[in-house]
Amino acid sequence: MDWRRLGFIGLIILILIGIVILVGGSRVSPLVIVVSMLATTIAVATPLTLGALCGIYCERAGVVNIGIEGMMLASAFFGWFAAIYLNTILGVAPLPSLLAGVLVAVLTGGLLGLLHAVLSVTYKVDQIIGGTVINILAIGISGFLNRQLFFEKGSIFGGQVPHAPGVLPRLRVPVLADIPVAGRIFEQQPIAVAAILLVLLTHFILFYTRWGLRTRAVGEHPRAADTVGINVSRMRYANVIIGGLIAGLGGAYFTLESVPSFEPLMTNGRGFIALAAMIFGNWSPFGAWAAALVFGAAQALQINLQFFREQIPPQWAFLQQAYIVGLVPYLLTIVILTGVIGRTTPPAADGVPYEK
Amino acid sequence: MRISELKKASERIKSVRPFFNMAIVPILAVFTALVVGALIILLAGGDPLAAYRGLFQGAVGSARAWSETTVWATPYIFAGLAVALAFKGGLFNIGAEGQLALGAVMAAWIGYKLPELLGVSLPAIVHLPLAVGAGMMAGAIWGAIPGWLKARTGGHEVINTIMMNYIALNMTSYLLNGPMKDPNPLNVVARTPEIAQSARIPPIFPGYRFHWGFVLALLVAGAVWWLLQKTTLGFEIRTAGANPDAARYAGVNVSRIIVISMMLSGMLAGLAGAIEVTALNYRHELGFSVGYGFDAIAIALLGKTHPLGVVLASLLWGAMRNGATRMQFLTQIPVDVISVIQALILLFVAADAIVRWLYRIRVEEEKLVLTRGWGG
Repeated sequence: MDWRRLGFIGLIILILIGIVILVGGSRVSPLVIVVSMLATTIAVATPLTLGALCGIYCERAGVVNIGIEGMMLASAFFGWFAAIYLNTILGVAPLPSLLAGVLVAVLTGGLLGLLHAVLSVTYKVDQIIGGTVINILAIGISGFLNRQLFFEKGSIFGGQVPHAPGVLPRLRVPVLADIPVAGRIFEQQPIAVAAILLVLLTHFILFYTRWGLRTRAVGEHPRAADTVGINVSRMRYANVIIGGLIAGLGGAYFTLESVPSFEPLMTNGRGFIALAAMIFGNWSPFGAWAAALVFGAAQALQINLQFFREQIPPQWAFLQQAYIVGLVPYLLTIVILTGVIGRTTPPAADGVPYEK
Repeated sequence: MRISELKKASERIKSVRPFFNMAIVPILAVFTALVVGALIILLAGGDPLAAYRGLFQGAVGSARAWSETTVWATPYIFAGLAVALAFKGGLFNIGAEGQLALGAVMAAWIGYKLPELLGVSLPAIVHLPLAVGAGMMAGAIWGAIPGWLKARTGGHEVINTIMMNYIALNMTSYLLNGPMKDPNPLNVVARTPEIAQSARIPPIFPGYRFHWGFVLALLVAGAVWWLLQKTTLGFEIRTAGANPDAARYAGVNVSRIIVISMMLSGMLAGLAGAIEVTALNYRHELGFSVGYGFDAIAIALLGKTHPLGVVLASLLWGAMRNGATRMQFLTQIPVDVISVIQALILLFVAADAIVRWLYRIRVEEEKLVLTRGWGG
């Protein structure tokens, strides 16, 4: 990641934090605001980070995946359903139910990854269309089952949404979490922590292992890779499925870590913003993570401004409008994609089916 | 002679072949999706036969059912044409949703606000075209922006049109909850006031909702076909879509064509919204347009991006959506199952190799290529 883009990321995050301090600094100490913004940023960047990592595995292997949104939505639903089913019907304790829910979400993502691989590698369907199929399928299935299983009379839950088993508890990073005030940043829920660990792991796998080298080879020059005996299809299948598993974990964030409920369409474009983060991060795990943090900060701005609604001065009244502050991540995505803050280069064979 | 007879027969087959080749996969895809859908209904504890009977009755079982099916199909035709036209230009417009919503907002605004602003009541001959035109304009601008970004900076239209959707959604939420909200004290919903009589398209038969917008949709489908097949601009759009490098080499200004394609596409989607407001709802309400964007993509693909195909696919989509209400009433199976079946249709159309393998069809045809990496 070059300094220009890193500087841009730092600047935007500073501006966003600055806005909150300007608005709420008179009531709450700026230090508390900075800590709160950073803690929220890391938390809400989780699905973006995981979505971007999914994109990196797929696209480094040469498969464009715009179905991340759908993978996360379907995983969010099935993970949530599994957790509730275990908790309320089978009487399993909340924490094991939630963990099993995460597992189901991850597997759902993997299954949709498999579908995407079948479409794009075996049947060579245009990958943008294949991804759209996954998105539409996820909206249809999660919407249908949500209604059929929860809201219809005579369904499993008798037309009533049962009490959810809650959300995953916070983990405390040893030592760091004990720092006064700032320790709050190091108290995060498990999927947020897993996302950061996966960034490190993915970086290691991609650039320091044989698997990573092979993955990058089939994404850059599949013919050359094939010539030296790498099975292009198998590498692509494996990476797209791994990507799907990670997107599934991102889906679990929505219903098992963020809020204990499911809403149709609740992923709200986060899968697409994750793609923008991947592009801005130049298809590298650390770059994508940094970009995801910018989007996270934009969302954290909206959340933190809610606390200071009354403090907003009249000439800044537009900041009270959640609809207007909510535009920031989307506008940011468009600006980033224009390439004015530095262009990036996708893997050479990204999106091209391999014909033997 | 036998050989000459054979030749004649093969000539006859060849003349229907192109249509057969184009239509066979979509038809089989719909059939397969209905079969899989029946299995899903069965698994979810319903009776698929009763469900499909209700679906059929509700869709085409009476004059009223037909009328409602065309009412449903009208916005699908416009929005499906929008996506199909962009496809022809090699562009993927996922933004029909936002373009449609803004078209509806603008048409509604001109519809209720313009007489108030001017202080006079306008004749319908002036007011109605202004309202519809404003909706088309709003959609055109909303489509042209990602087109321009793509042509100018290489920012990929797939992500940008989706971002434009969310921006449009936030903007309409803001407008319909604030400045444009129906001031009627009894109103608690995020919606505009009703548009003036002079901005309304009247129904054709009293008592039925079947309206002129459907007729207009058919005419527009013809116009899109004419534009793409019979004009220089259409030729340039198709060339730029099929092979941008060759088009550039042949002297086509590809950047200009990208912007124009996206603008026309957005205009058609905006028209969909404007017609919904002026011919059907007489106002814009929040949440009414959810899902049109993805439906339009499915329809464009099912119709093989051909205007006639889009019309037929829209009628099928409209029939399913319309019939689903009766199905739910008769069998308690939620209408959402239609979304699953429609997604399956799209799956089988997109992955035509699966359908070809299932039914042992060998014919190959040209493929739609959209993925050209993320760069410009």
